[in-house]
Amino acid sequence: MIETIRAAYVIARRDFTAIIFSKSFFFFLLGPLFPIGIAVAAGGLGSQVSQDIDNSVIGVALSAEEADILLATRLRLSRSLGSKSMPELVVLRDFSTKEADIIAKLDSEKSLTAILSGTLAAPVLTGSERDVKRWQGKLTLLAETALSQPATVDVETRFIGQTSSSSERNQLMTAQAGQAILILLTMILAGMVLSNLVEEKTNKIIEILAAAIPMDAIFLGKLFAMLGMALVGITVWSTMGLTVALLVGGNWSALPSPAVGWPIFGVLMIFYFSMAYLLLGSLFLGIGAMATTVREVQTLSMPVTMGQLLVFFLSYSAITKLGEPVEWFAVLFPFSSPFAMIARAAQMDNLWQHGLALIWQAIFTMIIIRFSVMLFRRNVMKSGQAARKKSLFARVTGK
Amino acid sequence: MHAPNPEFAIEARNIVKRFDGETAVDGIDLAIRKGSIFGILGPNGAGKTTTLRMLLGIIDPDEGERFLLGSPNPISKAHQVGYLPEERGLYQSMKAYDAIAFMGALRGLPLAEGRRRGRKMMEDHGLGDAADKQIRQLSKGMAQTVQLLGTLVHDPDLIILDEPFSGLDALNQGKLERLIRDQADKGVTIIFSTHVIAHAERLCEEIAIIADGKIPFKGKVSAARNRLRPQVHLETRNLDGPWRTAIPADCKPLGHNWHFTLPESGVEPLLYALVEGGAGIESLSIERPGLHDAFVQIAGEAVARKMDEDATTNNMDEAA
Repeated sequence: MIETIRAAYVIARRDFTAIIFSKSFFFFLLGPLFPIGIAVAAGGLGSQVSQDIDNSVIGVALSAEEADILLATRLRLSRSLGSKSMPELVVLRDFSTKEADIIAKLDSEKSLTAILSGTLAAPVLTGSERDVKRWQGKLTLLAETALSQPATVDVETRFIGQTSSSSERNQLMTAQAGQAILILLTMILAGMVLSNLVEEKTNKIIEILAAAIPMDAIFLGKLFAMLGMALVGITVWSTMGLTVALLVGGNWSALPSPAVGWPIFGVLMIFYFSMAYLLLGSLFLGIGAMATTVREVQTLSMPVTMGQLLVFFLSYSAITKLGEPVEWFAVLFPFSSPFAMIARAAQMDNLWQHGLALIWQAIFTMIIIRFSVMLFRRNVMKSGQAARKKSLFARVTGK
Repeated sequence: MHAPNPEFAIEARNIVKRFDGETAVDGIDLAIRKGSIFGILGPNGAGKTTTLRMLLGIIDPDEGERFLLGSPNPISKAHQVGYLPEERGLYQSMKAYDAIAFMGALRGLPLAEGRRRGRKMMEDHGLGDAADKQIRQLSKGMAQTVQLLGTLVHDPDLIILDEPFSGLDALNQGKLERLIRDQADKGVTIIFSTHVIAHAERLCEEIAIIADGKIPFKGKVSAARNRLRPQVHLETRNLDGPWRTAIPADCKPLGHNWHFTLPESGVEPLLYALVEGGAGIESLSIERPGLHDAFVQIAGEAVARKMDEDATTNNMDEAA
């Protein structure tokens, strides 16, 4: 056992340093910035388009007195409803309210969306059908408010602590968020293990490794090297994310607290990510070990991703069914167990269950590694060209 | 399970390996004495590599038992073993001295010590300038040398080399032969497989000939040769006379030249009969048969021809 751990460390150290000090690792770290950048750019663009669309200006062709009342009302309502919720108003002084003049004004002044004429009691809104329908309600509200009591009414507010129902709702949100992060990270990172033995097989290094150390150590070492790389990536991304959040001034007290508390929840997130990674990674490593070329690995990626999705759907559907059979199944089924357990950590405060779950997941990881090694030794580590030329299916099934 | 004999570095008893119903190794017995240089001879596909892989524990035999340095679990003795596989492999992005250190680390040598030894070994072999180069920047011959040094870096007691001479030019083959002899002088047991008989003939004390997964001969090189009688090449002035009774009756002359196997009675009675019988000896030579002739006699003409073809193909590949 000690020799296996020592040998696994030799493999893990080699793989870890080879990855971390490669140029491609820099791009791996930058990876999440691309979707974030695209999202920010798309969001900014969308917001600009939306602003352009919402930048409506209504011309007010009422008597001077009524126009002033309307402007004051708009200002008052904007304070409580937000300025974006009300159209911009521009008073048109000394303006003829004949229909032809209104139409001519709208034609000549491109900045005007529509023109409000008549009186506050009987206002007339002229403009395109789309714009009139859009602003009719808001202008009605403005006119009604302007005609009623001019003084504002302040609502007195009283706050109480969280109710039990709101607390449960919040913890459910934390469970969903925790699980989503775990799922996302596992999905992005675990699939990389699939191609982890291809280099050794194409470069014939596997023969040297297999003659020198137990095969279990090769699998374990590779798995932990990839886990280390994933954790480095997560640390870098988290640090960057926290820095950005601090710079823009995040409201941390508003985050719903998990049942086990934030510090333990954070530690459990790391543990459950590691176990999810090791569980899925050991399976992927075993499957990928049967492949001899990068093309075969690519072929395997699709069914493997689908399998991951199934596991994730199972865990996600179990979040709201705490203690029900489906949730217990998700907790006990090794591949969904880490995701189901992080949801439990958000909603239940007893810690002993996490110890048991982690032991169960670790045992199952070892079982998968043993099984993968057995398949690898039986079906891949053979002499002669004929054995190497066998199809992937034949290598997996041993036929 | 029988107890292993401590005199032997490797023992294999009736080991069998089948792949997909086909028998690759069919009941091989081997006992390789500690401190010896042992050659496994045979053409490609004869079962040499499969046998070595079973002895090393890379694959398990389907039947039989094997002991490596006294252990039925060869991987447990990996720290004392160096192995150069037939298909050479190194991490392409590793620096040369680091690759040597890594191979040592796999077999229990601390990495820092491996790096120190790696540099020293490369300098000793005239490759000091290449120590800091990545494997992908080295020539094929240099990379092979690096791998060989990686096989030796942890000072193993047993070295197993699978086709170590393939891919090497004549100069490097000579260097490798010297290196094998140096290791043997230190008391290291060396086992190598080859399909080039000349290497085995020059280096080995004992050999095993393997063909179709079986071992038709194992023992000392001299014993293999002694299975064949020496060949006599005789040139006479006379074509007939009483001396003719001294040579085999079915021997036909080629001009005045006679070629025949030395009779059981030996050299002295033959010489006496030829002189006394009036053969008129112009020239006479008696040649001991080489290992190649012994191989032909033991493994058969077809196997020997295949092995010669393998060697030729190998040389052409190297030239290409």
